[in-house]
Amino acid sequence: MNWGATLPLLVLASSLLPGLVIFFLPEERVATRTTLNLAGAVLKLVLVGVMIWGVFHGSHYETRLPLLPGLDLLLRADSLSMLFVVLSSILWLVTTVYAVGYLEGSPNRSRFFGFFSLCVTATVGVALAGNLVTFLLFYELLTLATYPLIVHRGTDEARRAGRTYLIYTVAGGTLLLLGTVWLYTLTGTLDFTARGFLSGLDEAHHAALIIIFVLLIAGLGVKAALIPLHGWLPQAMVAPAPVSALLHAVAVVKAGAFGIVRVVYDVYGVQFSASLGVTLPLAIVAAATIIYGSMRALFQDDLKRRLAFSTVSQVAYIVLGIAIAGPVAAVGGLVHLVHQGVMKITLFFCAGNLAETLGIHKVSEMNGVGRRMPWTMVAFTVAVFGMMGAPPLAGFISKWHLGLGALDVGQGWVIFILAGSSLLNAAYFLPILYAAWFKPPPDSWPAERSFGRRETAWALLAPPLVTAFLTLALGLLASAPFGLLQWARFITQLEYAP
Amino acid sequence: MSDIHWPVIVILLPLAGGVACFLWPRRSVLLGLLTALGVVACVAGLGGQVVEQGAQRYAVGGWGAPLGIDLYADGLSLLMLTVTAVVGLGISVYSSGYFERARYGQDRARHFWPVWLFLWTALNALFLSADIFNLYVTLELLGLAAVALVALAGGADAVSGAMRYLLVSLLGSLFYLLGVALLYHSFGSVDIAILAQRVEPSPAVWAAMGLMIVGLLLKTALFPLHFWLPSVHASAPAPVSALLSALVVKASFYILLRLWLEVFPFANAALAQLLGLLGAAAVFWGGFQALRQTRLKMLIAYSTVAQLGYLFLAFPLASITGWTGALYMLLSHAAAKTAMFMAAGNILYFGGHDRIADLDRVVQRLPLTITAFALAGISIMGLPPSGGFIAKWLLLETAIRSAQWWWGGVLILGGLLSAAWVFKVVGYAFTRSEVPHEARAVPATMEWTALLMAVLAILLGLFAPWLLALLEIGSPFGRENAG
Amino acid sequence: MNPAFLYALVGVGLFTLGLYALIVHAHLLRKILAINVMASGVFLVLVALATRTQGAAPDPVPHAMVITGIVVAVSATALALALMLRVRAETGRAELAEEPLE
Repeated sequence: MNWGATLPLLVLASSLLPGLVIFFLPEERVATRTTLNLAGAVLKLVLVGVMIWGVFHGSHYETRLPLLPGLDLLLRADSLSMLFVVLSSILWLVTTVYAVGYLEGSPNRSRFFGFFSLCVTATVGVALAGNLVTFLLFYELLTLATYPLIVHRGTDEARRAGRTYLIYTVAGGTLLLLGTVWLYTLTGTLDFTARGFLSGLDEAHHAALIIIFVLLIAGLGVKAALIPLHGWLPQAMVAPAPVSALLHAVAVVKAGAFGIVRVVYDVYGVQFSASLGVTLPLAIVAAATIIYGSMRALFQDDLKRRLAFSTVSQVAYIVLGIAIAGPVAAVGGLVHLVHQGVMKITLFFCAGNLAETLGIHKVSEMNGVGRRMPWTMVAFTVAVFGMMGAPPLAGFISKWHLGLGALDVGQGWVIFILAGSSLLNAAYFLPILYAAWFKPPPDSWPAERSFGRRETAWALLAPPLVTAFLTLALGLLASAPFGLLQWARFITQLEYAP
Repeated sequence: MSDIHWPVIVILLPLAGGVACFLWPRRSVLLGLLTALGVVACVAGLGGQVVEQGAQRYAVGGWGAPLGIDLYADGLSLLMLTVTAVVGLGISVYSSGYFERARYGQDRARHFWPVWLFLWTALNALFLSADIFNLYVTLELLGLAAVALVALAGGADAVSGAMRYLLVSLLGSLFYLLGVALLYHSFGSVDIAILAQRVEPSPAVWAAMGLMIVGLLLKTALFPLHFWLPSVHASAPAPVSALLSALVVKASFYILLRLWLEVFPFANAALAQLLGLLGAAAVFWGGFQALRQTRLKMLIAYSTVAQLGYLFLAFPLASITGWTGALYMLLSHAAAKTAMFMAAGNILYFGGHDRIADLDRVVQRLPLTITAFALAGISIMGLPPSGGFIAKWLLLETAIRSAQWWWGGVLILGGLLSAAWVFKVVGYAFTRSEVPHEARAVPATMEWTALLMAVLAILLGLFAPWLLALLEIGSPFGRENAG
Repeated sequence: MNPAFLYALVGVGLFTLGLYALIVHAHLLRKILAINVMASGVFLVLVALATRTQGAAPDPVPHAMVITGIVVAVSATALALALMLRVRAETGRAELAEEPLE
């Protein structure tokens, strides 16, 4: 086996194998477990680095494994998959550090970290999938690996959330399967191809193709939390904070959004989708999700619930960018895939810190918390401004391209959606900042834990600071050579090339 | 290698092993395990022969078809033999822990091994039989051995279950035998290959077909003839439940399949649709009932009713991919269901009960067992990359290609029903339960065989091209464009 | 109508009669007897249909089948009777309870 075929497998194995070993570790082997976790995360990052370098220099990384006669499992590294792989492997490392700190001393950690590693393996598989059936495989594996994380605490509330999650995602997976098989019967191939592989099909199949599109997008939209399929996400916030980070930023929601990008770009092809007339409805659904999510976020007192509805809204930006069907907006959508992840993970880390250190779960309990935990709140503030789209932070870059791109293809209404959503963002985030920084702190916090002179444990503090810094860096360095924008432009060029 | 008479050895070895276990009961565990290993090796030998030389016809004692007994091995028989060998080995290893003397009583441990090996003999002979009368004899032997094993658990439930099973089994065989009589009268042969050449529609043939199909459906427990299955499969000892669900019901399905493909190719589409319809009803009824059960083994047994329904969806689809899909379903269900019954056996062994509502305290102390159950569940639900997924994919693909999408709907909804009950059980692994439980340690062999069988059900998803090529040897489903 | 055909018809009649008895009677001994009557019916059909053409020597193969069938039937009956005694010992009645309703 040559290097080009082995590397994708190694990238998967770097989290799969530690995960499997961790399942069998006795609970008290903390040091071994942490070492394995971090070693896996670092190794994956190194391997991904090698892979990027290779892809940049024109190497092909492709692994094929026959699944059925005429149908292969295919792992392939292309520029779009690298975008997601890099995001998830960097954030995984950060989240692992955070999770080790967060769960210190709690029961069932071997189980937790085992599934945690499986979850990331599935995400990287989703990213590297080279055809729809491979995508489906890892997409379902992701469902199975996240369920135990959501119900990890074992409370009735957690189990209810887990059940809701399963009902949504298993049904979604089923729709995806149905669409995939149907597509296969029409084409005989499922390999992702730039600009799609369907435009050559007979016109008689176009009606079927539209139904399949709806099936696929509905199946993916469940994880991407498009309305009306978003119901599981706010409930799932009962899970421990690192899991929320995983759900909202690294893995689940992203896998759904990424899948939609894949289907529109590499299965249907954006021009063919537009000619089928399916992109405008998708854009409208995305726009509705953006506004609806923000509206709901306004009225949540529970901090994590407010963040969850904010995710519903923010992830739809990615879909919107794709569905507008213009190259500039597409760049906006793609960079937002990364930006939203980095910003939202910061917010969830901070929310976790507040809960772990002071017992704060509600927005109304956050008065003056900036004085007690200044570093956490600095990170929180940076991420909030990023979310609202304030320059020069990451979110600004996304919104700028989305707006510009929409005007580019004559879809002016999108500007109103963006403006409205930014206003709503401000309306549900700024009061939090005001309360945290300018209101006087209460006499005592709901459940305070002391960490000596530091505001909280270093393993809890470092990750949000790192991701907040990334939010800043992604904004400032967006146009730098080899920066994210250049990368996104490269991907869209493939799609929009004449 | 090629001149060894593998087909005969594959039948005689478990028979000899059974007799040896009967004669030396003190050594029965060792003898049984050795026999199981030997059978696996011999099936591998036969497999090598079939792969090398194509489908094999073997005349026992050199007598030949009209007078003597012929054995026939093609891809289909080989696959059934292989499933039986692998599951059989698993069950043997598991049983060596389960029928531990101290707990299960000297007698039962002593009786299990010879009867189980006789049952294995009957299965192997059945899958190698080339004529419909021999199929009757082996089917009857299989039934009698299975009944004896069910009764082994003792107690009112198991004995009544065994009795009910015996009556149903005999009734089914008699229907089948009457059909054999009519066919022989019409065409003067019981050899499947000869019948396939001579057979043509006539009232007697229609009658024979009706009788044989009803008899076999009764034994395969297709809805609504499934009434006997859940209580029997639930009351038997765990390894016996496993082999009943995984292998015994499949044997009568195998006969039905052979007859349908070779002897009754003229069976009309309406009948195929009816079988498909009954299969669909079984999928829904079994899945729904499984969801309602309060005892774990009963739940698993109802799931068998549902899974058997899937096999019948291939009849209206009637194409090579449809048949292979059904066969793949059979294969992965055999592995998955064995793992599930073994897991249930471990839970019973550990906690002394299988009430679903009180599972949490047990399963949280048996992580390997609940993992086995969950992995098997993945295959039963048909999620990738399991064997169940491959089967579902093939059937779904065929349904859409042949523009009979409603069968696809059955597959999809059935999968959702299975998901519902699998997660209902698996969810108990994640509750907060801290009450210590009176428990007895489960032997490691029992936990690990359950897990290995479940892993096998998953791995089946990754070896499909190879197994499908094996199945094609001798074209049991006809050439391209059949149906 | 030739006598062979008549025998065959009687065989089918026995089969049906046995089936009826198997369904209506609850007592296990009657059920076992019913199964045996059914089996005899099938054997009769087999033997009767062995004479294919009037006057020619009957085909021996069905006879061999019947002998095999009888051996099977005898062992099945023995097992059934033994089980029936166990059922009686365990439940106090030689009848099967209705399906347990969970």
